[in-house]
Amino acid sequence: MAILTEARPQVARRAKGVRNRDGWWAAFFLGPQLTLLAVFLVFPLGFAVVLAFMRWDGLGQKEWVGLDNFAAQLSDPEFGLAVWNTVKLALLTAPFGLALALLIAVALNSVKGGGFYRVLYFMPVVTSSVAVALMWQIILAGDEHGVLNASLERWFGITGPDWLGDPGWVIVAIAVVTIWSSLGLNVVIFLAGLQTIPPQIVEAARMDGAGSLRIFRSVTLPLLSPTIFFSTVVAVISSFQAFDQIYVLVNPKYNDGARTIVYQVYELGFQDFQFGMSSAAALILLVLTLLVTLVQFAAQKRLVHYDT
Amino acid sequence: MRSRQVALHAVLTIGGLAMLFPFVWMLLTSFKSVRQMLNNPLDWLPDPWRWENYPDALAAMPFGTAYWNSFYIAAINVTLTLLTSAMAAYAFARIRFRGSEVLFVVFLATQMVPAQVTIVPLYLMLAQFGWIDSHLSLIVPSIANPFAVFLLRQFIRAVPVELEEAARIDGAGRWRCFWNVVLPNIRPGLGALGIIAFLASWNSFLFPLIFLNSPELATVPLLLSQFSGGRTAVDYGLILAGSAIAVVPMLIAFLIGQRKIINSMAASGLGGR
Repeated sequence: MAILTEARPQVARRAKGVRNRDGWWAAFFLGPQLTLLAVFLVFPLGFAVVLAFMRWDGLGQKEWVGLDNFAAQLSDPEFGLAVWNTVKLALLTAPFGLALALLIAVALNSVKGGGFYRVLYFMPVVTSSVAVALMWQIILAGDEHGVLNASLERWFGITGPDWLGDPGWVIVAIAVVTIWSSLGLNVVIFLAGLQTIPPQIVEAARMDGAGSLRIFRSVTLPLLSPTIFFSTVVAVISSFQAFDQIYVLVNPKYNDGARTIVYQVYELGFQDFQFGMSSAAALILLVLTLLVTLVQFAAQKRLVHYDT
Repeated sequence: MRSRQVALHAVLTIGGLAMLFPFVWMLLTSFKSVRQMLNNPLDWLPDPWRWENYPDALAAMPFGTAYWNSFYIAAINVTLTLLTSAMAAYAFARIRFRGSEVLFVVFLATQMVPAQVTIVPLYLMLAQFGWIDSHLSLIVPSIANPFAVFLLRQFIRAVPVELEEAARIDGAGRWRCFWNVVLPNIRPGLGALGIIAFLASWNSFLFPLIFLNSPELATVPLLLSQFSGGRTAVDYGLILAGSAIAVVPMLIAFLIGQRKIINSMAASGLGGR
């Protein structure tokens, strides 16, 4: 008893000393990332919000214009077109890309020695998006020199559209290239999800007389739904932010059909030097992204099963 | 059962060929003459083989410099990202300090902001620093990486605390615990993250496009994009030879390390997107 009462204050003192020293250690370990994050992410974000309410070309006076930039963007038909194209790209890319990835992942999961295919599908993921765009630019060329259209003509007698030149088709072409280049990543993510499904459950369903399709619909799909949900959110966000391939495949400067919000941000900021307008467009993109993500999370409550 | 396997292989093969086709086609076409390309786009094999396309592409564009630029930027970037985010991850995982949880949530939240939102202010800031048209603009800002901190924190939490306690009893300080005990135990995490960060830096396009002007500073993707810039009198053979020069070494590196690369990108979920 005596020993305990004597020991206690000492322990308390030591713990306090350790905690104080720990504070310094925490600052030391966090310092570099925290500083970089503050300087290159948090501060620019705040700056972007302020800029969005200003008219500024980078050289002259900054002028506070309130909501004018937002009003100007929202009433500009060019921006409306950019929003519509952005949404269209997401609506084409996410469902078709993910369905295709799911089909291939399921096939890969039930076949022996699929490692070779996995490598094939993954190749575009590690390839620079600029190189991908250059390759496809020549495949999709609209005149008789494009490989795709030449093949359609010779084998099916179909005259293909000018994929990259026709404003009505260009988003479809961009969606095809996007799906092609992100397919491998979605496949391996689905594959990882599929491999966590306990084989006993599938076996039990089979014993109960369920066919392959029934097993897919009633076992695989529900158990995979968290992965599918996650991939959908990522696919939508990344198609909202797509820039590289669009810029190289079809410079939207020459084809309005490829104009997206991100391109609008780029053009307003770095071609026209309207920094305020550009920031306003960027913030509208951010709000749109958050809205879509919120809707997806709301839908998730009904569609995603987290209990095994 | 056998016919089902055949059907599955058929599906996978058709898909696989669709993935492979553009690469093979790029390689073959990179040896063609413009005339063959334009007159017979469906010819598979070059006739005659124009090997000159490669020396011509190398002469037209400073590929050697671009390779070196891309490589050393990515290498410095990866090293500093790994070091600083492992340190931050260690603080979040192992050091108790006031506000730890709130700060961690703030860290995660910043990850939600797309790069496009901050790009104009970032450009203005870097111009103030005098970093425009300098590689610093590509190296330093992208070291800030909340995702890396999050990922490494998960790995550090899986390292048994007892290991570190034993080291502390033996008299090791915080830094030694971090450097000699924790880091060696999260090597798989560091490897995965290193691959993801390297690819992200190597393939990055928007930042070099905006931040660099001088041709001799260009990275590989930026240099490549200049092939498509003209849109008049395009020499397809040359463009595709250039693409092949840019792509093939990376594909070979991928084939060598494919298992590790695919697994790390799958594990991180987000990959290089």
